Order: sequence, then C-alpha cells, then structure tokens
Amino acid sequence: MKPALLAALLLTAAMPATGIAQDLGAPISEDGRVETTATDASAAQAEEGISFTVTDENAWSDIGIAIPAFATDRERPTPANEGGTGALGREVARVITANLRNNGLFKPVGPDSLPQPAFNQITAPAFSTWSGRSAEMLVHGYVRARDDGKLVVGCYLYDVALQDELVREGWVVGPADWRRAAHKCSDLIFSRLTGESPFFDSRIAYIAETGPKDRRVKRLAIMDSDGANHRFLTLGSATALTPRYSPDYSKILYLSYVDGNPRIYVYDIGSGKQTLVSENRNPTIAPRWSPDGRFILYSMAVAGNTDIYRVPATGGASVKLTDNPGIDVGGSYSPDGSKIVFESDRSGSQQCYVMNADGTNQKRISFFGGRCATPEWSPRGDQIAFTRIAGDFNIAVMNTGGGNMRVLTRGWQDEAPTWAPNGRIIQFFRTERNTGRSGIWQVDLTGQNERRLPTPVDASDPAWGPIRP
Amino acid sequence: MNTKLATILLLASATSLAACAKKAPEVLPPPPEPAPTVTQPAPAVQPSGPQVGSQQHFAAAVGSSTTIYFDTDRYNVDSQDAAALQAQAQYFAQYPQVTFTIEGHADERGTREYNLALGERRATAAKNFLVSLGVNANRISVVSYGKERPVALASNEGAWAQNRRAASVIIN
Repeated sequence: MKPALLAALLLTAAMPATGIAQDLGAPISEDGRVETTATDASAAQAEEGISFTVTDENAWSDIGIAIPAFATDRERPTPANEGGTGALGREVARVITANLRNNGLFKPVGPDSLPQPAFNQITAPAFSTWSGRSAEMLVHGYVRARDDGKLVVGCYLYDVALQDELVREGWVVGPADWRRAAHKCSDLIFSRLTGESPFFDSRIAYIAETGPKDRRVKRLAIMDSDGANHRFLTLGSATALTPRYSPDYSKILYLSYVDGNPRIYVYDIGSGKQTLVSENRNPTIAPRWSPDGRFILYSMAVAGNTDIYRVPATGGASVKLTDNPGIDVGGSYSPDGSKIVFESDRSGSQQCYVMNADGTNQKRISFFGGRCATPEWSPRGDQIAFTRIAGDFNIAVMNTGGGNMRVLTRGWQDEAPTWAPNGRIIQFFRTERNTGRSGIWQVDLTGQNERRLPTPVDASDPAWGPIRP
Repeated sequence: MNTKLATILLLASATSLAACAKKAPEVLPPPPEPAPTVTQPAPAVQPSGPQVGSQQHFAAAVGSSTTIYFDTDRYNVDSQDAAALQAQAQYFAQYPQVTFTIEGHADERGTREYNLALGERRATAAKNFLVSLGVNANRISVVSYGKERPVALASNEGAWAQNRRAASVIIN
C-alpha cells in the first residue's frame, strides 16, 4: 500500500468487476503513510514526558495552550485551500484547536483570537507576547507548498514559562491529506504533554442511517476521527451493519444483506472488491479482526445455533471456537492476541466470557447485576468495554477479570463500544426512544467529556481503527 | 386437483396479479377453522380471492397465523404459536408447490448482533416445528433481520411484543 498518495488522485477509476458487489459505490484509495521530514529535536522526548494517569485528567485540562495560525514561508496556491498556504495555515491551527477542545484536553485557544506569528518566529517565538496571555504552552507551525505540489507542515510545541522547545516534527502530505498533518500535530502535542499514545490520526468506519424506523436505509461509511472526510462506501440498496477496519486500514469487514441473507464480506478498500468471509449457505454475523490482521473471527448460525469461528484472513478452513447450544457471538482479541472476550447466553442471559485464542478455557467474567454484551478489549489490554443491560443500555468498562465495573454513560439505549487507538476514549451509538434515531457518541474513561460526533446523517456501529502510519 | 380449486385458480389469475404483499394486512381476518384433512375440497378462501402462491392467498387462508410471537429473549413455540403453525402446516400441505421464508425478528431492546442471532433462533424454531408437522424442510428458507425491521414503531411493551416474531412469507 505504499503508492497511496498517488492512488488518492485516481478516484475516478472504474469499479472492478465483481460478482457480488451490487451495493458498492466507487472504491476509495488505500490508506497511506505520512512521510515524516527530518527535524532534529524529538529524540529526548520520551523521558521528559509528563505522565498522568486517567484519574488526573483534570490536571491536563487546566493547561492553557495557545495555537495561533500556522505561518507560511510565502503565499502559494494549493488545492488544499482556495485561499492559498496562508489560509491553510489558519485552518490547520483550527483543526488542532478543535481536536484538543472537543476531547476535553487542555484549554486550547485557537487562531481566531490570537495574533499571527511571522514565519521567522516559528523557531524563535516572541515568548513575552504569549506569557501575557496566560498560555502555558505554545504551538507554532508552518505550511510550505513544494514545487511538486505536496505540502510540508512543521509543528513545534514550546513551554512558555521555560521559554523552551519541547518537541517538533514535520510531515509531507499531499494536498488532499492536509488534515492528517493537523491530526499528527495534535497527536504530537497530546502525547508530549500527557505521556499517552496518540489517537487523532485515525479513522472510523460506521453505519450511516436514513429513513423512517420501519424502512431504515443502512450504508457503510467512513470518516476521520473528528468526523471530517466522510465517505459512503455502499449505495444503500442492501442493509449494511457492523463494520470493522482491518489493522492496516486496507480492508473492512462488514455484514451485508446484498444477497438477501446476513453475510460477512471482506471489502478491499483499494480494489473495491469484496469476498465472502466463509463460502457456505449459513448466515454469518459479528466480524472481528485479530490484532495482527492475520485472522478473522465471525459468528455463524448452523441450524439456528450461533457459535464463534476463526478463519485466516487470506482464506482457508474455519475453526470452530465455541460449541454450545446457547448463542455465542462477537469476540474481541486481547492486544497480544492470546485471548478472546465474547458474549454468550449459555447461562440464560447475555454475559461476557473470556477464552484462549484457540477456544479453550472458556470462563464467564461478568457477575455483576444485569447483562454483559458486545465486549471490546482495550488496545492497552487492561480494560474491557461492553454494553451493560440493566433496564436501560449503558456503556461500561471492567478489568479483564470482570472486576471494578464502572458505568460510563446514562442513555436510554447506548450500545456497541469501540476504543480509541490509545484506549482512553470510547465511542458507541445511542438510539432515541420511539423515533429510533441514532448517533455516534464518545466518552472518556472517566465518564467525562461525553459528546456527539458530527455525522451528515444518523449513525450507528462505530468501529475505531488504529493510529495511522 | 379438483375442479372447484381449478376454477378458483383461473379466477384468481384472471382477476388480479395484485401486490405481492410482503407485510400482513392492516386488519387481520379472524383465524379460520382448521381444515380437517388436506383432501377437503373447499379451502378457506373466496372464489374471487388472491392467487395460490401469493402472500395474500396464504394470509386469507390462515389469517393472523402467518406470524407467531415470542416472549422477551425466548424462542420456544408455545401453545398459541403451535396452533398458528398447525394452521400454516395445513396450508402448506394443501399447496405443496408453495415455498416460503420464515423471517425471524427481535424487538429493539437488544444489542444488534445478539438480536440477529436471536432472530435466527426464532425462525429456526418455527421451521423445525413445521417440519415436525410434515412440511418438507427443503421448502422453508430462514432469514433473521434481528431488530432491523420492526413492524410496530413505538418504544413500549406492546410494540416490542409485536416485533418479537417469526413471520412466514411466501416466496414464489
């Protein structure tokens, strides 16, 4: 997938012929790596990182960060912004500000209420200007258009009191990918100040919903972590459900009724082709990737009874992992791939169980009141998020042994949690009583900063992909 | 096939190729008396009624028995369901050329994937019961829609009870 930036410019290519793709729109480009430009500062960042635990989250949010418009070495036109590189620099700063503000991180002040630094001040800030604005941290950056049309975006983080540079990094992106540079800069700031792993430069697959409750149209869709760059991948003639991005973003697993029955397809984003996860007559649901992308879990009903199976992502024979007269469904790997948490009603109601990746040693872990459904293992490995059904449906987390259960949301029907790549934020979907309208929401691990994500239409089944390269 | 039935067929095909209705009529007719045997000459349809092989014909014959309903999270066939499925089995015995799909559904108060599995289990329970009554399994398809296709749109117990269902739908 290396020539992805080029591929991004070739979106009009005809859809490849495929026998089963009646509901697919035009394919989109595969995901690419952002080229990092050489800077000399970032080597010593790790040990200087200010490390906070999740319960100290208020300490982060008290840090004031000034994010003035990014400068440009000289005004040049760019397809990324009709106002040229100068206007683009302001947009980059706006995206970074929105990222930090919307997630309740720090106290960012954006470019629209700040003076604009000159290009030569990016590496030599006028600290006296910023210390007078009660900014503890200062973000500077620049946008430069290269002769080949690509953009170079530099990002610098300064400690105003110390009058010292904390970290810097630069990226080379195609004009269509300018937001990724803003997300990379957001991640750089976030990681440097919190000691946490990045998460902004990531994408979300989900189901876009339109129409009345009894004739809902459900389409496969994707967007950036902040809701930008939204795309529909299917046309809506067949119901699509429960997508999952592959760890390298090259494929999406999802359920489609395109042949009239619920079946899991592997959709190749680059080629636009899709294949059945398992060639047989039985319905298949609830697809999941292994963390290394080598295996796929799916659930299949045979004679009415649903069990969990594993198949190599490249195809081949399936292995049945559960064998139980109850409904065994879903499954989420631990980050090291050694264990799987799944749900089963073998005890009489939906509860969460953990088994070894080969299906051995199945043990129930949820013993609190209510039911445990749609468990998802945190990318950090220490927590499992799930839908807790106890009257209403809420998003909750527990440790991997089922202890320390904490309810994070209080909607009427909140379900299907998905983790941010750094395991600090959970997205889920919330359905309104009576109208059936749904939207994607997120909440952090403290239960704070709950907010709805902007989507062009109603939305469900969010699936957050990993951090992009 | 006796002559009266042939007449019905002719009339039906002459009068109407009307909708291949996939949903139940808004006002369901009362359940018919079960026909004593499959060789009984008069089926419970009017001479000018819908065509054999249509959902309307099926619904006119068995009434509300096209659909059976389940308790929350359950998929067992209770006595009321059994009576409905017996009416269906008699119809399918009378019209052995008819094939059909059983659509399994769940109410909205469940998680999406579990409800897909639950709908499958409900539809399969209905299928197995019909097979036990002598309907050839090869005539029956099963599909689950989980909670994705409700018929009752409110969010209350009454609506949920209507949505927890397995509906037999004629497909030819």
